[in-house]
Amino acid sequence: MKTFNLVLTGVGGQGIITLVSILDEACLIQGYDVKSSELHGLSQRGGSVITHVRLGKEVFSPMVAEGQADLIVGLETLEALRDSNFANDKTIFLVNKHSMGFPGYLSEQETMDNLKKVSKGGLHSIEASEICKKELGKDVLAGVYLLGYAVYKKLIPLQPESVLKALETVIPEKYREMNIKAFNLAKA
Amino acid sequence: MEKKKKVLLGNEAVVKGALAVGVDYVSGYPGCPSAEIGDEFGRIAKENGVYAEWATNEKVGLESAIGASFSGLKSLVNMKSFGINVCSDSLFPLAYTGTKAPMVIFVGDDPSCHSSAQSEQDSRGYAYLSKIPVLDPSSPQECYDFTKLGYEISEKFNVPVILRSTTRVAHQRAPVVFDAPDKRDFKKGNFVKNPHQFSTMPPRVMEMKTELLAKFEKIKAYAEKSKANKVIGKKTGKMGIVTTGISYYYVMEALEVMGLDLPVLKLGFFYPLPEKLIAGFLKGKKKVLVAEELDPYLEKEIRVIAKTINPKAEIFGKNVLSETGELNTEKVALGLIKAFKIKTSKIFKTKKAGVQIPRRYPRLCDGCPYWNILPVIKRALGQDLDKTIFGGDIGCNMMAGLPPHNMQDYMFSMGASMGISHGVSKATNQKVVSLIGDGTFFHAGIPGLINAVYNKSNPLIVVLDNRITAMTGHQQNPGMGKTVMGGDVEMIKIEDIATSCGVKHVKTLDPANMGELESAVKEFLQKDEVSIIVCRHVCALLERRLKSNPDLGKFYINPQI
Repeated sequence: MKTFNLVLTGVGGQGIITLVSILDEACLIQGYDVKSSELHGLSQRGGSVITHVRLGKEVFSPMVAEGQADLIVGLETLEALRDSNFANDKTIFLVNKHSMGFPGYLSEQETMDNLKKVSKGGLHSIEASEICKKELGKDVLAGVYLLGYAVYKKLIPLQPESVLKALETVIPEKYREMNIKAFNLAKA
Repeated sequence: MEKKKKVLLGNEAVVKGALAVGVDYVSGYPGCPSAEIGDEFGRIAKENGVYAEWATNEKVGLESAIGASFSGLKSLVNMKSFGINVCSDSLFPLAYTGTKAPMVIFVGDDPSCHSSAQSEQDSRGYAYLSKIPVLDPSSPQECYDFTKLGYEISEKFNVPVILRSTTRVAHQRAPVVFDAPDKRDFKKGNFVKNPHQFSTMPPRVMEMKTELLAKFEKIKAYAEKSKANKVIGKKTGKMGIVTTGISYYYVMEALEVMGLDLPVLKLGFFYPLPEKLIAGFLKGKKKVLVAEELDPYLEKEIRVIAKTINPKAEIFGKNVLSETGELNTEKVALGLIKAFKIKTSKIFKTKKAGVQIPRRYPRLCDGCPYWNILPVIKRALGQDLDKTIFGGDIGCNMMAGLPPHNMQDYMFSMGASMGISHGVSKATNQKVVSLIGDGTFFHAGIPGLINAVYNKSNPLIVVLDNRITAMTGHQQNPGMGKTVMGGDVEMIKIEDIATSCGVKHVKTLDPANMGELESAVKEFLQKDEVSIIVCRHVCALLERRLKSNPDLGKFYINPQI
């Protein structure tokens, strides 16, 4: 198969690194070669966080090249737009309709309008943070919820069983059930 | 030993490599991208019979490992790029004395400065200054393999070996096949006296240099045969690529995308270079691209080798690839197109967002005690705010330089605020307020403080003591009363150190009491001598972590203290 390129983006503190670990583990379970790239330290402190996950038969670079993403998952609207340089006309955007503003932030309307323009391959915008807060009491589960959405809607070549097994390995027992619930919430 | 396959971060793979060879002793100082190594050892040291510590700084960390090596224990030292500057004073003599038990020194560079102030340092340059072998891995698997290789070289030649990584290798995750050794008990070494080997007193030091140079020739011959250097792809051709580290993957990716098959020489050894292997590769080539990040060290070496072996060959490097910032597949593809005059339609096309997207600055976390400290200092300064010079230092307090605070007039290296603030205070009549965190104070702040007292200047030093080395991911430090292995130790108080250093005006307070902080700032601004306010309040993130996971209590301070 051709290498599948995923860009996963958001704001420091949204649990993106954990999400990358889950994805990597699921790829290994499913027999893919996988490479991912993430940033720690200063870049995590409430700033923009961009991570790359690439899966396939043999993966070289851990980074997705510009215009090469198959799927861009944004846990925050402006961050999804920020990384649209990774998109091409077929790229699908899966975006958490959730804004984390700061002085000088674009309005939500403007961000969404621009996102619509760049997402020629399709835009799924979902209020994942809100849904998770309402259903599970924790908006930080939005990432795992969106992962469930991507898997069940077949936006990513991973089987639900692989991800569920990965959750067993990556997530500490205390939080596991909550994460499995968030993942399966998108099935409905 | 049990063979396993797991997805690992590059840095986790270094830990596995060190465990596989039976490392006994781990020291270092946390930074990005290296901290995960020491953190992981903190968690697993006990069950694996390893001693692990966070040293007060990288120099002490290296020296600690030197003591262990001289006593017969296998050691690992871990630090970020700038750490090697700090420890270089002891690194150079270590090359002369050599190691007794093997030692690997991990250094994590950060091209593009994702999590680094100071400079975009290429630590490979230390190879030339120290004559210490340097290995440059590309992937987590190589992080594991090269760690083991490092110990093999160190054991064979009695030299320390530098394992130089970069952010995209250290923070790359990929499947790794590794050996997981059985659990074992702690080992104690035995120091056998040998001042002839361990003391660099002249004239012996000159003999040692000669010995090192002789050793170096042997390591060079070893590097020629090492599997860490290899040719990939087509064996012959007029055009070829020499590469190392993460750049290797960008090269392979670019070749794949453009549908090209060219010979690629991948060098795992940066120092010493396998010159014969390189010469063989250069023979018959018309054009060679050297793909390396940051400084053109490799390119210069290859130009020299080409001069004798193939003077007509055109060598490309920094003339087609940037010396600033990380490389990536796109940049390498463009470099290939320019160097080899490749005609291709398969270059990377990209979308533009259509609007300018405002930068999202990193910020202080919600509930961070610094949110109290910074505005209160401003308020206390009142009309003098604009005239006041603000010294900044490394750590979470760097955020003082960003909006909305904008309280940073200079920021250099660990502890540098102390020396620079003294200099500004001495050279002008302006008032200096200098900010520093607790970890940085212990690391390199103390000599600067003594200097300010001794040479009589009058900065107001505000120590933002959140009881932890926070920025790099919550590492224990001497102020906390806990070690990385979860041991209880004496809490070392910054105010006691300041008093012992001769500072007469010292106040310790909780910045939650904003009135007390404001009057302390106002009072101390009037002083003609150095003054210090220690603002002590535990990091908000740590407090939350401890609340949600009380088991962490054995590794971290009780926030009530």
